[in-house]
Amino acid sequence: MNILSAKNIVKSYASHTALVDISLEIPRQSIFGLLGPNGAGKTTLIRIINQITRPDNGDLYFDGEKLSPKHIHQIGYLPEERGLYKKMEVGEQAIYLAQLKGMSKNDAKIKLKYWFEKFEIDAWWNKKVEELSKGMQQKIQFVVTVIHEPKLLILDEPFSGFDPINANLIKNEILQLKKQGATILFSTHNMGSVEELCDNIALINKSKKILDGSVANIRKQFKSNIFEIEFSGNMMGFTNSLWTYGKLVDHTIDGELFKAQVQLSAGTKSNQLLEAVLPVVEIHSFKEMVPSMNDIFITKVNEVSNNK
Amino acid sequence: MNIINLIIKREYLTRVRKKSFIIMTIIGPILMAGIMIVPIWLSMQKTEKQEIQVIDESYLFKDLIPQKDFIDFDYPDISFVKAQETFYNSGYDAILFIPDNILEGGKTIKLFYKNQLSVSIEEYIGSTISKMMYNVLLAKNKVDVNTIRDAEVNSRFNVITEKLEETGKSKKTNTGLFMAIGIGGGVLIYMFIFLFGVQVMRGVMEEKTSRIVEVMLSSVKPFHLMMGKIIGIALVGLTQFLLWVFLTIALYSVASVTVLKNIDINQVQQKAEVLKVGADLNYMQMKNIEKPNVITAVWNDFKSIDIFTIFVCFLFYFLAGYLLYAAMFAAIGSAVDNETDTQQFMLPITIPLIFSFVIAQNVIQDPTSSMAFWFSIIPFTSPVIMMVRLPFGVPAWELALSMLLLIIGFIFTTWIAAKVYRTGILMYGKKISWKEIGKWLFYKA
Repeated sequence: MNILSAKNIVKSYASHTALVDISLEIPRQSIFGLLGPNGAGKTTLIRIINQITRPDNGDLYFDGEKLSPKHIHQIGYLPEERGLYKKMEVGEQAIYLAQLKGMSKNDAKIKLKYWFEKFEIDAWWNKKVEELSKGMQQKIQFVVTVIHEPKLLILDEPFSGFDPINANLIKNEILQLKKQGATILFSTHNMGSVEELCDNIALINKSKKILDGSVANIRKQFKSNIFEIEFSGNMMGFTNSLWTYGKLVDHTIDGELFKAQVQLSAGTKSNQLLEAVLPVVEIHSFKEMVPSMNDIFITKVNEVSNNK
Repeated sequence: MNIINLIIKREYLTRVRKKSFIIMTIIGPILMAGIMIVPIWLSMQKTEKQEIQVIDESYLFKDLIPQKDFIDFDYPDISFVKAQETFYNSGYDAILFIPDNILEGGKTIKLFYKNQLSVSIEEYIGSTISKMMYNVLLAKNKVDVNTIRDAEVNSRFNVITEKLEETGKSKKTNTGLFMAIGIGGGVLIYMFIFLFGVQVMRGVMEEKTSRIVEVMLSSVKPFHLMMGKIIGIALVGLTQFLLWVFLTIALYSVASVTVLKNIDINQVQQKAEVLKVGADLNYMQMKNIEKPNVITAVWNDFKSIDIFTIFVCFLFYFLAGYLLYAAMFAAIGSAVDNETDTQQFMLPITIPLIFSFVIAQNVIQDPTSSMAFWFSIIPFTSPVIMMVRLPFGVPAWELALSMLLLIIGFIFTTWIAAKVYRTGILMYGKKISWKEIGKWLFYKA
């Protein structure tokens, strides 16, 4: 069963429409990427899931039940623009935020101690937040987001503001939490991390969902049957040998080495292409060009704006 | 409910633990007790006896100016010039020079000194000589001093105001005291609303600009967050006020058994009176009108006021007035991104408050005028104006109406403010206008 399903969500403001008929299915214990350019409506959707704003239309279901205020305690939310009370002490503040998520003071203390030790920030317990570096504050924010062991974690640009070491630390924690049963909804512009982490994605552009599905399927779907062959030898001979198997779409020359991108003709197998060129040139590498999420993102978003 | 308690607790504790709160709590009572104690203490300070050399060219005052325990007069038979030359070698503290034509009117007497003389010495000399001249002039023109004196004494009277109740009983009142209590209460409410209203606004802005607010809103409703802050700060204000009252009383009582231990209050008053009018000149003593001790009199009047009712009403207007305005301050804080933008929104909201403070001066002159009536009923001005009117007695139905409207008023402003708040708190980087805020009122949540 899905941990969260959104059905036909509509939200409009006085001057513009933020979301048009958005439906999402987020499977349990997976990492779901919510992608889209700035101003696409991601934050609005996330706020609706957090019950900060209400949709004009549409229904949300959490773990099979209609989403209601009682589910607040099962959701953890790390907003993109995040902050803490600057004048408050770290420990006191973390306990307060945990209590607001329904934890008892004692539970909160025990759990926080565990996380603070894990992130090596326990020495900062009695410091005021304003004395901490930004990275340090981000760690605390992450801790208070996950402290109540939410079933659904909503992370908006979780890696912004972290150095590579700490970003990696957070990434491993996210994977660890998934392993322990949590579902993560994760909004980002960082396509590298999408390929690395996400099981499923939805792409939102101009208030509409324009693409969704599993990362593997989407990439397969966007394959254009292009293979890259790296070789040395005669370029002309290579082109002639392609014959009807494929069409040269692009090539580069690097000294003795040629790099050719060949699109297979319909019905041709990659092995047939390889057999055709083998006698002519010396092959250094042969690989299929799978589009990156970044390419897909750009293609899809441009496609929509060009259609207008 | 549990959530809102948590919010109230945080708002309260973080403020009460602040250094500025603790300092204010300590300084306030010291200032107030100081205002009560210092004048009494000062007037009890024994001043060093001043030796005054009198050069009297009019020969009217020789050996006649009455001596006091703080002032001594000497009448050496030397010229003014000589006295000036030898002044710094003499033991005198001052030379009092009276010109020979002093009776002609409009003349000056001169007082030369080495070290600045106290105001009381100057006053004593001025008023004493003036009185003496008055008598001399009367005698010179053959007016019977006793006639004048009798006329003066017999034309003195006290005004005693008494409220005649419907039951036929009358109650002695003290208008001055009523004014003091009314204005004091009004000013306190005005200050409280302003100080703590602005704290609410700052608190909301702090949450907005530090971006904690989105995290908070994923756990609590905007209305709870706003009300938690408003109530938490109200409790801070109440704590501060009660601490002030308590500490002031404590300080004052400690001071009165230590610093002021040996002071007889009657003596203080007598002395003050003597300094003021030089009244106990032996040979021009007027018949004393029997006068009760002023402080006991005030205290008796104080007891005649229904102090309990006033205190309860004060607390009510103190809190309800604050609630009425605090919600609006919260709305402003939510709508803006920085402190400078608050100005344009604060002015229209604080105008009724400032206005009520201004008209309080008129209301106190005539607490039953129709202006006083209306502004003590309208919620935006009633906290200050009703407080000013209360000591003079307000019909029960007016008080009830005013309170009811104030409650309705703060429910209304809170309802409006909550609508602005929940939209504004998540709105960044937009220059907000009144029109924009107006639109927010009609947004769905």
